[in-house]
Amino acid sequence: MAAYASGTLPHPFAMVVAAHISLCSECRAALGAYHAVGGALLEKTANIAVTNSLKSNVMAMLDTPSQPTPVYDAQGVFPGPVMEALQGRSPRWKTLGMGVKQSILSETDSGSVRLLYIPAGQAVPDHSHNGLELTLVLQGSFSDETGRFGVGDVEIGDEDLEHTPIADAGDACICLAATDAPLRFNAFMPRLLQPFFRI
Amino acid sequence: MQVQAPQMSQATVWLVAVRDQRDKDAFGDLFDFFAPRLKGFIMRSGTGAAQAEEIVQDVMLTVWRKAAMFDPHRAQASAWIYQIARNRQIDIIRKESRPIPDELAQDPEAEPDASQILAFDQEADQLKTALDLLQPDQKEMIEKAYMGDLTHQEISVQTGLPLGTVKSRIRLGLNRLRKELKGLR
Repeated sequence: MAAYASGTLPHPFAMVVAAHISLCSECRAALGAYHAVGGALLEKTANIAVTNSLKSNVMAMLDTPSQPTPVYDAQGVFPGPVMEALQGRSPRWKTLGMGVKQSILSETDSGSVRLLYIPAGQAVPDHSHNGLELTLVLQGSFSDETGRFGVGDVEIGDEDLEHTPIADAGDACICLAATDAPLRFNAFMPRLLQPFFRI
Repeated sequence: MQVQAPQMSQATVWLVAVRDQRDKDAFGDLFDFFAPRLKGFIMRSGTGAAQAEEIVQDVMLTVWRKAAMFDPHRAQASAWIYQIARNRQIDIIRKESRPIPDELAQDPEAEPDASQILAFDQEADQLKTALDLLQPDQKEMIEKAYMGDLTHQEISVQTGLPLGTVKSRIRLGLNRLRKELKGLR
């Protein structure tokens, strides 16, 4: 949370945290508390005079119509930060087999973030557990050896986590998953032929 | 929508006037108060004076344009402006737009609750007092973590202190802050 608020969190994780805060009032309050401290520090910061023209420039710009930056509202199960990554469009699902689908939102050297769609009762295919992985449930739920994760819950996984998440009965499970390791789905494609996966 | 003004912090009063009346005089007051602080705040993270002023301009224009989103029941004016400044700074540093949580919808029919707004202001005052009570080294660490774009690792390099010391000073400082604020909750 502190890393998100101070902006030091890599982009994929920042998206999961922002999406989680959208769903979790407790974390929203924690972020608010963080901003309150920031605001108090800002008020106490030593002034450095701005150049005289800055104020008149800004005042003159108030009536200039601005190009509004698009604001993406939550749509269905997808919170605003996810809709922003999707640029307001529906996810473009790519089938991974066994009814499992993914939609990659971003993939860079610093990691990747993607949506996963897992039909009820289906096991989550292995997807690179090198490094840290955050998984936020947006619809449905899944269970593994460590417990049950419902909408708004975040599972934090690392190399040490060995588990077999299975989507629970009911709605298909849709997750937002971020990792700081490069995506390695392709290498695992053959393993998708197996009914279940040990991750 | 009329909010009882006298008890609220001056900055909150100005920002509400900007929001509800599009009051340019109030905006000018906000500018006079926050622009030099924002500039000082932004320059602490090593940004040059000219770029800092560009960011101040962006932030103040955002304050004017997004004032409708300000809800004094949920944040103090300074906290709201801090958040805008941080987001802008981070976007510039990272050259990409940072994911931001959904805004909570405001109920336009809701009556302003002056006592809740006031409670926020009191809490913020208490917070400022608590910050003053911190040991200078704890305070410095917290400022660095909040104001500069510094990870604990970078603070360690900059101050020459071991990483463990940096972390424990930040933790001690934040614990002390929490204790000072406990009476309010």
